[in-house]
Amino acid sequence: MNLDGLEQITPYCFAAPARGGAAPIRFFGSRALLEAMDEKVREQITHVARLPGLVGAAMAMPDAHWGYGFPIGGVAAFDPEEGGVISAGGVGFDISCGIRCLRTPFTLAQLSPVIAPLADALFRAIPAGLGEQGRLKLSLPQLDEAMTGGAQWAIAQGFGRDEDLPFIEERGRIAGAAPEHVSTHAKERQKAEMGTLGSGNHYLEVQVVERIHDQAAARAYGLREGQILVAIHCGSRGLGHQVGTDYLVSLAHAAGRLGITLPDRELACAPIRSPEGARYLGAMNAAINIALANRQILAHLTRDVFARFFPRQPIDTLYDVSHNTCKAEEHIVQGVAKVLYVHRKGATRAFGPGHADLPAPYRAIGQPVIIGGSMGTGSYVLAGTATSEAQSFSSASHGAGRAMSRAQALKRWHGRALIDELARKGILIRTKSFRGAAEEAPGAYKDVEAVAEATESAGLARRVAFLRPKACIKG
Amino acid sequence: MGYKSDMDAPVYRYFDHGADIGVAGYGETLERAFEAAAYAMFSIMADLDAVKPASPVDFDFEEADAELALVTWLNRLLTEAHTRAWVFARFDLRHKNARWIGQAWGEPWRDSLERGVEVKGATFTELSVAHSALGWEARCVVDV
Repeated sequence: MNLDGLEQITPYCFAAPARGGAAPIRFFGSRALLEAMDEKVREQITHVARLPGLVGAAMAMPDAHWGYGFPIGGVAAFDPEEGGVISAGGVGFDISCGIRCLRTPFTLAQLSPVIAPLADALFRAIPAGLGEQGRLKLSLPQLDEAMTGGAQWAIAQGFGRDEDLPFIEERGRIAGAAPEHVSTHAKERQKAEMGTLGSGNHYLEVQVVERIHDQAAARAYGLREGQILVAIHCGSRGLGHQVGTDYLVSLAHAAGRLGITLPDRELACAPIRSPEGARYLGAMNAAINIALANRQILAHLTRDVFARFFPRQPIDTLYDVSHNTCKAEEHIVQGVAKVLYVHRKGATRAFGPGHADLPAPYRAIGQPVIIGGSMGTGSYVLAGTATSEAQSFSSASHGAGRAMSRAQALKRWHGRALIDELARKGILIRTKSFRGAAEEAPGAYKDVEAVAEATESAGLARRVAFLRPKACIKG
Repeated sequence: MGYKSDMDAPVYRYFDHGADIGVAGYGETLERAFEAAAYAMFSIMADLDAVKPASPVDFDFEEADAELALVTWLNRLLTEAHTRAWVFARFDLRHKNARWIGQAWGEPWRDSLERGVEVKGATFTELSVAHSALGWEARCVVDV
């Protein structure tokens, strides 16, 4: 990305001023990360800055890359009282895609003798990949309950336990879901997809804590070196995809009717305080609850598998973060508390220390932020900082971010050979899709170290622990 | 890039996108271009030569804007496929004014079909429906 015309206001923040009625823009990250970004990231975030009712700046996180409408890694907050909008393109297709991180009491030494049969058992128990349906089949009334109840609904069905809830954003259930604004197609797609992982960049990974960066935060999060964690990366499955699909088109039509000039049709949006905006908001919240329920069910299935190898050992939820959302949150704007609708498209909420929404054990530390890396490199647990509120409405990076296209990755790697190579490095991959494995090759992603370091240096979140993959179930 | 064509096969290509995949279908008519784009999209998910187009699925929709019609056509196919846990390998589309009538043939997923990558939705990114020297081109980026 060409940085001409951007002012470097700190070593890890580059800015473009407000111009011609558009809001200012902030890019977070090192010069090297920004220069490596696709030019489209700048074009897309420049378009976002022109949307009505935007508060502060349109922002790109250090892992930003070319998306659709918003860049992936795009953050923008809107004031409903100032004509602010909600955008389907600002949330994405995989609504509330996120990561559930589970904390086991086991060490790598305990796990190593059984890692291969454990990976096989997880692969059998977790429906993953194209065309794989879940064992749970829901009726339409049951789906309505899941759409309003989220992870709380899943727990009531016997998947997991109440102790998980404080460690899930929104305590596992977001208010304001409106199943009546979710299409029949969306509901039909979800009937057999609860408790499924999906494909693409989704995964279930068994990881070891390889390095602690912040001992105090690690203690609060219950982390120690050599400990085994499990990360489950997936979202709202077919229902969320269909809500995204339905509203992308209907909001594109609505924007024209409502007199909103879209710099890019994919920014399809409507005022938050409009019937069209309210309908999308209700449907999106329903999809968020489906994602929270889905990860809750997958967490339960994971615990069941571990219990076969390590009976009666508790596996707790470290935290559950969502990436593709628009949430109403209170933020301080020029000294005044306001409710803003914060779009995070491929970005993580990162509340700092003291935030009332954090569970008591983490309140002095800040919210866990999880940067999921590629299957061959590693991931980070970070903690939200006091500075991220002023910098980015408490938002941070969500992943390593792709460094090359899927087509380029397919030319460079072959799935079977890649899986064999990773096995020699001590990372077991289980998948039905060799094509998917090749597209997700570690080399196709940015350096997670650079992204985590930039996230910390920009003041968005601070590093707590580095996690190394040991086994990965890919969809 | 990689064009693929023979006498009766759909003519399509892929184009690069940072995180997702661009599909472009070509045809002498708008409908054939849309069908070829659908073939390209489903080829991301499976080797369509191995799919038996045994049973048809019929549907229709209304859309006056040709570009939005392409997105709606592709997304409707995804909906019909994912709802049934099927994969489609043959496509037929007709339209008169804003009314589009589609048909797709495929079969349920079975173990012997190697899985590609799931397409979540067709997007407006790089969306274009245009007539050129090659005939009609219908393209957009699909989210995977």
